[in-house]
Amino acid sequence: MSGLPGGRGMSGLITAEHLSVRLEGQAILTDVSLSVQPGEIVTILGPNGSGKSTLLRSLLGIVPAASGRVTRRAGLVIGYVPQRLAIDRTLPMTVRRFLSLPRRVADRDAAAALARVGVPEVAGRQMADLSGGQFQRVLLARALLARPQLLILDEPTQGLDQPGEAAFYRLIEDVRRETGVAVLMVSHDLHVVMAASDRVICLNGHICCEGTPRVVSSAPEYRALFGLGTQGALALYQHVHDHSHDAGEGHAHHHHHDHGHDHDHHPA
Amino acid sequence: MRITTITTTGMTMITTLLDDFLIRAALAGVGLSLATGPLGSFVVWRRMAYFGDATAHAAILGVALALAFDLPVTFGTLVVALAMAVTVATLAARGWAMDTTLGVLAHSALAFGLVAVSFVPGARTDLSAWLFGDILAVSRADLAYVWGGAAVVLALLAWRWQALLTTTLNEDLAHASGLDPARERLILTVALAVVVAVAIKVVGALLIAALLIIPAAAARGLSRTPERMAVLATLLGAGAALAGLQLSLWQDTPAGPSIIAAAAILFALSAMFGRVRRG
Ligand SMILES: Nc1ncnc2c1ncn2[C@@H]1O[C@H](COP(=O)(O)OP(=O)(O)O)[C@@H](O)[C@H]1O
Ligand SMILES: [Mg+2]
Repeated sequence: MSGLPGGRGMSGLITAEHLSVRLEGQAILTDVSLSVQPGEIVTILGPNGSGKSTLLRSLLGIVPAASGRVTRRAGLVIGYVPQRLAIDRTLPMTVRRFLSLPRRVADRDAAAALARVGVPEVAGRQMADLSGGQFQRVLLARALLARPQLLILDEPTQGLDQPGEAAFYRLIEDVRRETGVAVLMVSHDLHVVMAASDRVICLNGHICCEGTPRVVSSAPEYRALFGLGTQGALALYQHVHDHSHDAGEGHAHHHHHDHGHDHDHHPA
Repeated sequence: MRITTITTTGMTMITTLLDDFLIRAALAGVGLSLATGPLGSFVVWRRMAYFGDATAHAAILGVALALAFDLPVTFGTLVVALAMAVTVATLAARGWAMDTTLGVLAHSALAFGLVAVSFVPGARTDLSAWLFGDILAVSRADLAYVWGGAAVVLALLAWRWQALLTTTLNEDLAHASGLDPARERLILTVALAVVVAVAIKVVGALLIAALLIIPAAAARGLSRTPERMAVLATLLGAGAALAGLQLSLWQDTPAGPSIIAAAAILFALSAMFGRVRRG
């Protein structure tokens, strides 16, 4: 028994066990346990400042754990797309050059990766001159060139319009189907990632709820987190319905307390 | 002083002498730019200008200590520059407000260095050489230090090039690729201290940072990749060194400032050319 949600424990590519992170004396993450399995797409949802980026950076080993621990499978290759990547204007950098950092890649592979993410024409352009959508796609192309077993994407659709966002998530799904890569990503909007996620984790300094997108979308913790209210009887019915009939769809959310901060973080 | 001494000797002697010290001076300038081109590019990319100043100013203190304890000056400047560079890097990593911290450190180091130098008999008269450089007086040993130092810096940068670039681009990205950003920062810190230690003779403590930054800044507008910028910065730095040397010889101007003035003119030309090209 690992004490992890789902009890899948150490078979995961990357696992956090009772992870707590403090930054400048502030508790940012408290007792977070999660695990990502090979080939799985997991989305982390949460309001601004809820610690999503900090969780990813802690999983990557950039931010140290105050307590608990992070385990990565030996030899795990991760492709990472950070939330913010400001390229200083003083640093000249073509897209082609960027793709070869830090590991040099062949021209053919670079061209194929750019084509795969739908921006074959930008190889010679300066990174600083790309549009928001092109920039995010180039970041994804670079992450894919490492041939990762796990992609960690922090708000990868920022700067994309809605159709662009939907297309981006389809692309992620296609890549997963082709390569079997697992994906752990951060998003704001459950409904956009619904189709593309196997599992959703709601985060607000701690894990509020967890499960399939459908289950999470009706969990009271999720609705409270995003200030959605209960939206009347239909949502309530949906919730009960999900709970009673979709038990196999995922281990749903945690206990349903009336109040917001007293969750049990272990599976029932 | 140099030219007047030389004109008193015989005609043939002049030619050979000229050849000799001029060639040494030219070689010192070119050798130094081999290191300052690529390293200066990193200083520009990482916005380390003040960092360079603090380290270079600390070198004056190193000169004073070396003279006082009868140690080789290059050794003194290297040790003190390294101590300053590591101090600054450590404070930066701890999240100190760098603008203020560097302002305090850079100017205090210079002030303490100048005060210390005044206690060393004989050093006072040479002070302007340490502050502004004396490339025309570069000895064979100095030349060996310059080329040796440049070779060390170039080797360090070439060895870690990909990692240094990735770290400069984004430390999180570097970390996720299995690199250690702290280690890459330390490599740049050490390289900076080495350059300061060997450059002080050529351009002087006050202008080392300028030699790092101005050629790299001039190269920026003409470059599409980091490698091209580093190479161009090297060429422009070498060009500025030779032009400044020429000016110094011709008008008896101080060598260090002449080199920097030439670099600044190249920067202005590059900025104008870049603007014309951009339309
Ligand atoms: N390097 C840091 N130092 C101190 N506090 C930080 C740092 N990074 C993030 N924080 C704080 O941690 C909290 C969570 O931030 P973050 O993980 O970026 O949230 P999210 O990605 O969910 O918007 C915020 O309150 C933020 O101010
Ligand atoms: Mg974030």
